[in-house]
Amino acid sequence: MPKLKLNNVVKRFGENTVCSGVNLVVDQGQMVCLIGASGAGKSTLLRCINLLEPIEDGEIFIDGEDISIPGRNPQDVRARIGMVFQNFNLFPHMTALENAMLAPRRVRKLSKSQLQPEIENLFERFELADRMHNYPDQLSGGQQQRVAIVRALAMKPEVMLFDEITSALDPQLVGEVLDVLLQLKSQGMTMVLATHEMQFARQAADKVCFLKNGKIIEEGPPDQIFEAPKQVETQNFLARALK
Amino acid sequence: MNNTKAAGQTRREKYEQHQRRRSMLIAATSTVLVLAALMIFVPMAPGWEKVQKSFFNAAVLTKTFPKLLDAFLVNVMIFVWSAPAIAILGLFIALARNAKSPALFPLRIFGATFTDVFRGVPVILTVYLIGFGIPGLGLPRPWNSPFIWGSLALVLTYSAYVAEIFRSGIDSVHPSQRSAALSLGLTELQVLRDVVLPQAIRNVVPSQMNMLIALQKDVSLLSFIGPVEIFRQAGVFKSLFANFTPYVGAAIIFLIVTIPATRYADYLMARQMRERR
Repeated sequence: MPKLKLNNVVKRFGENTVCSGVNLVVDQGQMVCLIGASGAGKSTLLRCINLLEPIEDGEIFIDGEDISIPGRNPQDVRARIGMVFQNFNLFPHMTALENAMLAPRRVRKLSKSQLQPEIENLFERFELADRMHNYPDQLSGGQQQRVAIVRALAMKPEVMLFDEITSALDPQLVGEVLDVLLQLKSQGMTMVLATHEMQFARQAADKVCFLKNGKIIEEGPPDQIFEAPKQVETQNFLARALK
Repeated sequence: MNNTKAAGQTRREKYEQHQRRRSMLIAATSTVLVLAALMIFVPMAPGWEKVQKSFFNAAVLTKTFPKLLDAFLVNVMIFVWSAPAIAILGLFIALARNAKSPALFPLRIFGATFTDVFRGVPVILTVYLIGFGIPGLGLPRPWNSPFIWGSLALVLTYSAYVAEIFRSGIDSVHPSQRSAALSLGLTELQVLRDVVLPQAIRNVVPSQMNMLIALQKDVSLLSFIGPVEIFRQAGVFKSLFANFTPYVGAAIIFLIVTIPATRYADYLMARQMRERR
């Protein structure tokens, strides 16, 4: 059974159809990269998976369970799916450690002292131990984004969604964040990325999906997509993106 | 090279120092001229002697000032119990107006009506209507006290303004903060309490400081329905001495409190502007 399965997902904002029937299968431990021009619907698709946006039609399954039934309580779904955003979205009034502890305290109902060892361990794993007690504005962009990843991991998610997480970073800081993704992949995390990092997608992804106008035009292993795209749209996009 | 360093100043620094001296000199000269003009021309006005006697009478000031200070304590008292009530009610109204659940729709209407009414009526009118109206129901002591109902009038009016400021603060928190908090599995209520409100309240502290300063002054409006606070006490002294100096004394006491508070609010505001940049 696939870890995550999207079946004909449709999302509209008013008249504007942003996802028009997306089908996607992500297996346990896979890293899937969504590529495509800005406005193709990559980010919206991720927000739909996390139920941050209600979908108009179609179904989303996790482990075979339909999580997209209208009226379903979204909190427990979101607790199982971690999400990291382009602009980090750390809570500026909390230290890095407090950022990471908030959701486990509130949702998993654990006390600070119960959580402390576990969360500190996460910070150590991602080489942020000396930054734990800093506020977000005292951290570099790369550090902030890594803290945001730690914050999502603190909920022990089964699936992680990454929404162009390196797009707001200075070029020299991109590497440290991508390294974290590789680390997660080696630990067997199931991940879906919306990304403009073509080189990274090519090297690290198990599957690459090219989106245009809210539809997956072409998908396949990175070698196939980058070396021998079948669709003209994919060829045109890659010609421009890889220039 | 060594020579310029020994002099300690680059060409630019010398030029800027010269400019600074020049500006200071101009500012000082113009201030002295304006003050001199005031000191020379104002006393030349035909009524100056009379004004001096009735508004700036040192003897009356020294006699009445301690009593005015005592009366000011009444203002401080009313302020001290009204301000927290305003903060709580204001925040409640702001949240009521932002309530989204259909079950809370009546609360939403209540919030909107509340702010419309109390922002739309002059404070003094609210003070009159509530301060005279409610005790007029024939309530027994101490429930007919103008302190209680006058304070209530202030609390209601100020809560309406404070609620709008809180609301602007809530709106100023970027939606991505909500998204991030929701994506972690927090409920709407937890998002509000742990993520949105702490930032919203911090954002509006300088604006709310200005409301506090305004409240401190508006406490004097209660004098119209009875309490002998500083403005009314000054009025009593005015009649007693047939002299307006007590009013000047009252103004001085207000300024001693409000000028530092205003400066502090401005400082907070400026610091916030710097941080946003």
